[in-house]
Amino acid sequence: MTDPKAYLSHLELGEKDETFLDSNELIINMGPQHPATHGVLRVVLKLDGEKVLGAECVIGYLHRGVEKIAENRTYTMFNPYVDRMDYVAAVSNGLGYCEAVEKLLNIEAPARAKYIRVILTELNRLTSHQLWLGTHALDIGAMTPLFYTFRDREEILKIFEKYCGARLTTHAFRIGGCQYETYDGFERDVKKFIDEVPPKIDEYEELLTTNRIWVERTQGVGKISAADCKALGVTGPVLRASGVKWDLRKAQPYAAYSDFDFEIPTGVNGDTYDRYLVRMEEMRQSLRIIRQAVERIPEGPIMAKVPKVIKPPVGEIYHSIEAPKGELGYFIVSDGSTQPYRVRVRPPSFVNLQALDLMVRGQLVADVIAVIGTLDIVLGEVDR
Amino acid sequence: MAWDSTTVARFKKQYGSGLRESSTYLGQNYMVVDSTIANEVLQILHDEEAFDYCVDLTAVHYPQREKQFDLLWILYSFERNERLRIKTMIADGESFPSSTSIWATTDWLEREVFDMFGIKFDGHPDLKRILLPEDWQGHPLRKDYGIIQQDEQWVKINLGIESGQ
Repeated sequence: MTDPKAYLSHLELGEKDETFLDSNELIINMGPQHPATHGVLRVVLKLDGEKVLGAECVIGYLHRGVEKIAENRTYTMFNPYVDRMDYVAAVSNGLGYCEAVEKLLNIEAPARAKYIRVILTELNRLTSHQLWLGTHALDIGAMTPLFYTFRDREEILKIFEKYCGARLTTHAFRIGGCQYETYDGFERDVKKFIDEVPPKIDEYEELLTTNRIWVERTQGVGKISAADCKALGVTGPVLRASGVKWDLRKAQPYAAYSDFDFEIPTGVNGDTYDRYLVRMEEMRQSLRIIRQAVERIPEGPIMAKVPKVIKPPVGEIYHSIEAPKGELGYFIVSDGSTQPYRVRVRPPSFVNLQALDLMVRGQLVADVIAVIGTLDIVLGEVDR
Repeated sequence: MAWDSTTVARFKKQYGSGLRESSTYLGQNYMVVDSTIANEVLQILHDEEAFDYCVDLTAVHYPQREKQFDLLWILYSFERNERLRIKTMIADGESFPSSTSIWATTDWLEREVFDMFGIKFDGHPDLKRILLPEDWQGHPLRKDYGIIQQDEQWVKINLGIESGQ
């Protein structure tokens, strides 16, 4: 369907501003091929001059039918597919899936595997937040942070590459633990990285936190209240920036997160600036977790006793983790065979994107870009 | 394993056999309720039991059953830090009341269930496909929809090729 008007059938439009100019309302398409939509997202905007009256997302351009694929693969074969959903946080995706299947099998990964998982997942959270910061700042007009964040992100990707051979779609974990033991010097590399990176995060902050243009472009933009977040099911840094102290790593700890001390940063105003501050602090907290994990990493096996052919007993399981974008859940139904009967992925980006309409109403067109950036969506995960 | 709590006792008292089952499996609680009362149960869970966050809504297709679809809500309560799954069964072609007035988040989730399974939700503000193109034929997550089928008709008409594979 090419007529954008067809998509606006249910947008309730706010009161039109009475101005002395008789301006007409305008409907325009933003995307799907637009650099600031971070992939193939099409937003149909209803505008009164520069003011946004309503927005509707048209998604599905990247739909690959991951859930249908899952029904036609074995549990093990489906594991690499999950990396392709949120491809900037592939390790988190793998962790969620592996833990869900482990729960269904009623087995637990050994302590050492859990620690390796935590280290890699938190490093992945850093890469995800760095990529978000670089691109988000670029969208708003600050070019320098992109180079800084990509420079530091590279160091993490090198660790991934040395660990499992892949940089982005890592397939780092297996059902029951990890396939690879850490390479010689893994701890040294990770320690070196976490020693070096805090001043670099300060550097990002120096560029932006008190930068007048940045503050003007983000403060008060795309506000969302805690109540709206809960009603819309918005999770992750967006929810926390609205003042809700909720993080699955604390609320319902998984992997080895209950062993570590860390804080959950929260914001006050729920605007783009607060979400920026929350994510910056989350990077520092991730470093804290990595430091504790790498210092206390236990010796021992990295794989639990897992049967060669994975055949979970009949039953259903829902398991969710705190991915960099929010709550990432897997609902798996087993019929006792080698293939899952149904796999449902609860993607944080998909649910968070739903809040876009509410967040941009009454704002300017330029703010739509800022809000899409601050929601931190990955279209691979929205469309699956 | 049977599961009992004040929430379960309350629904048992109110609806009797309408509450088909309340169990715990691998430490996760779920209730199976009759489709006629499911919407009321959801409303009560939201209003009075503090389940203020609808994590997910999805469906599962069992073609050999008389009531072919399982409809599932995964709920969470911030206050109680508790998860709960509500399950109900509906027949093919049967529609279900929309829960968009209870949790705004179910807007897109219901659209996705409609897109993938063809289950209609009464009272949804704008029920249409979300991930697939508007003119797509069939609902891919039904079990009778073959994985290589990929809607050959659509591929033929739009791309002018014999098969999408």
